[in-house]
Amino acid sequence: MLRTRSIRLLAATAATALALPVLAACGGEDDKNAVVVYNAQHKQLISAVAKEFTKKTGITVKLRNGSDLELANQLVAEGTASPADVFLTENSPAMALVDSKGLFQPLARTTLERIPAQYRPTDGDWTGFAGRSTVLVYNPSLISEDDLPTSLLDLAGPAWAGKVSFSPTGADFQAIVAAVLALKGEDATKAWLAGIKANGKTFQGNNVVLKSVNAGEVATGIIYHYYWDRDQEESGENSDNSKLYFFGDQDPGAFVSTSGAGVLANGDHLTDAEKFVDYLTSAEGQKIIADSYALEYTLNPEVPLGREVKPFAELDPPAVGVSELDSQKVVQLMQDAGLL
Amino acid sequence: MIRTLTRRGASPLTLVGLVVVLLTLIPLGYIAYALVTMGPADLAALLWRPRVGELLRNTLSLMVGTVAVTTVVGVACAFLVNRTDLRLRGWWHALLSAPLAVPAFVNSYGWVSLTSSVQSYAGAVLVVSLSYYPLVYLPVTAAMTTLEAAPEEVARSLGRSRTRAFFSAALPRLLPAVLGGALLVGLHVLAEFGALQLLNYQTFTTAIYGQYQSSFAGDAGTALSGVLVVLCVLLLTVELIGRGGRRVDRVGRGTGRTAEPLVLGSRAVPVLGLLVGLVVLALGVPLYSLGHWLVVGSSTEFPVDELTRALGSTVGLALGGATLTMLMAMPLAWLVVRRRGPVSTVLERLAYTANSLPGIVVALALVTVSIRYAPSAYQTVPVLLLAYAILFLPRALVSVRGSLEQAPALLDDVARSLGLTAWRTFLRVTVRLVAPGVGAGLALVFLAVSTELTATLLLSPIGTTTLATEFWSNSSSVEYGAAAPYALLLVLAAVPATVMLSRQARPEEVRP
Repeated sequence: MLRTRSIRLLAATAATALALPVLAACGGEDDKNAVVVYNAQHKQLISAVAKEFTKKTGITVKLRNGSDLELANQLVAEGTASPADVFLTENSPAMALVDSKGLFQPLARTTLERIPAQYRPTDGDWTGFAGRSTVLVYNPSLISEDDLPTSLLDLAGPAWAGKVSFSPTGADFQAIVAAVLALKGEDATKAWLAGIKANGKTFQGNNVVLKSVNAGEVATGIIYHYYWDRDQEESGENSDNSKLYFFGDQDPGAFVSTSGAGVLANGDHLTDAEKFVDYLTSAEGQKIIADSYALEYTLNPEVPLGREVKPFAELDPPAVGVSELDSQKVVQLMQDAGLL
Repeated sequence: MIRTLTRRGASPLTLVGLVVVLLTLIPLGYIAYALVTMGPADLAALLWRPRVGELLRNTLSLMVGTVAVTTVVGVACAFLVNRTDLRLRGWWHALLSAPLAVPAFVNSYGWVSLTSSVQSYAGAVLVVSLSYYPLVYLPVTAAMTTLEAAPEEVARSLGRSRTRAFFSAALPRLLPAVLGGALLVGLHVLAEFGALQLLNYQTFTTAIYGQYQSSFAGDAGTALSGVLVVLCVLLLTVELIGRGGRRVDRVGRGTGRTAEPLVLGSRAVPVLGLLVGLVVLALGVPLYSLGHWLVVGSSTEFPVDELTRALGSTVGLALGGATLTMLMAMPLAWLVVRRRGPVSTVLERLAYTANSLPGIVVALALVTVSIRYAPSAYQTVPVLLLAYAILFLPRALVSVRGSLEQAPALLDDVARSLGLTAWRTFLRVTVRLVAPGVGAGLALVFLAVSTELTATLLLSPIGTTTLATEFWSNSSSVEYGAAAPYALLLVLAAVPATVMLSRQARPEEVRP
């Protein structure tokens, strides 16, 4: 008798264990009215914005976090069945991909016009809401400031063998390659990729690039500015021994990458989604970004970043159309170069 | 047909086993389908390039190095704890099992944030081995605990030295446990993502992740997955050949007795030194580093709500995943051990193969399949649990199988002869005999699910965060400090299961 009972007990335990995660998933803030955001931007940043947005409007926001092309890929695979209402990225190539599949709902003029025209596509299907500048981080004990290159393209030359590092699998570096491609054409990009493949050391992630340069393992690294600035604010542990070099002069190395926001046309919460993207570009939303830990540049001219970061106006970036950036071509070229 | 099968007593379980294996084959089916639709020319272009050769060298050399190191370390530790007069063996056993509570990517994070010199082949072998040697140590310890002394004593009475007796009479009976553990390590290395990414060591799995992150069609990633599947099949074949078909259960009557412990004497000091060194490297380094980041980073804060929610969903998913996996593993294990034959061997090997796929491949396959054929199941907990079961079935299988092999088949036959049906026999006799293995298997799967990253990212219901996904998103955005509380909770969440596993394989108490 006891045996039968213990078997029943086992079965009941198993059933409970199976049901538990379902309950846990439902038990949270499961809200059918929440705006679903596929978020490839840094989670803490968007959480902070979403929190204030909910406070102001009463509209709740659910985040699904991932990386640029991972989520763009997912959106394309999901097609019209996707539960997503809003897509946010770190760089614009992923936005261009989703846009090329016609999945975005054009944004309202008021939302768009707050952002300078060069940081949004001409079709108005999505908009930029933050920017990040390409920089060369260098270790002054390994290379003097006078020896730094005038152009990003110089790094492919033989003088730079073993002196440069980057993170080829990241969407950030791929956006930079896309800018080189848009500015210099395919042949020059191929030659450049072959050169930096031969010269460079690859890492997984810009934080690792920064850390390795700071530790003196390699003289320079191609990253975005805020990795260094944030580390300075956090502890300086991975940046105190290194400095930032801005190419400026409209060099490809001064490329400013645009973080994009768009509303999915097939989402269930169109109006609320539009409100969220509108909030993101509004002075209020941009202020939250400016005051956050992120140290990315705000794009609404009313709200400059105004922190201890090189001012946006002094960057002198090259003119690259945000929808000209072709991520698929870039991946192809990087694959051919053996970087992917 | 059904009646014939039923008479043989195998039918219900064979069918269940078949269904289980079919479920685990979904990702493989997806890869095969994608590769076939790709066409040979495109496929060749994606595979025949220098990058693939580079990845093949990296992957194979890491696998060989790690399997060798973990096998030596795991078996040596098991021997020291179980077969010598080492003092405080209970403590040593706990300490040697404890690295299981530190997920490999947390361990890597610990090492990498202390010294970047581990970002090399040797470093990768070191760090990954420190995380994975318990996968060999635990099953070997469990096997040693129940290992009878008689064959060794017979060997010694026939003039063999103590060492030779161990190698010729004990080791062969431990072989299934050793090989099972080594196989697990090999499969883990093939599928490892987080740790290797942090160690900047590129293998097929990290490259596939890079491809999925950067290319949309995913053809290149799928082609690389195909290579990974082939590697896995090769590994399984090697293990199968090594295992052979020998019986390792007890055939004699009476109560078994374990061997007399080896007296260490003056060797005790160097042995202690080695053990302390191992524990410092495997446990001390990551915990020190974790503590460091908890203290140093100004981004270190305890967002209690988020932490609690992530912890709750992690534990819930891990319990559910472990249960489902075990329910799927038990009939399969029974088939493999009690109905040895080509069919059951193929079924088991197929189930193992699914495990060598990186989580991201399994997840994307399930995304595609569920969106096409079961849209309402898409991004729901059941599909996520299925992904866990597909990924972690081998862990449950190895554990149940190990104890089932040592459970005398005779007891099943007795139950049948006394009139129980095959199903009742399975529930009332076999399940009880393999209870220790089931416990160990549940714990192993619990551990695996609570630290699973890529499948969780893609398949979890929107808004569900786990400790692993939070840790990863923080550590990959330079927030080392912010990642630390999640890492700490990941470790704490894994402690109960590790304690349980450690107890399952507890060495015999020292006899006064």
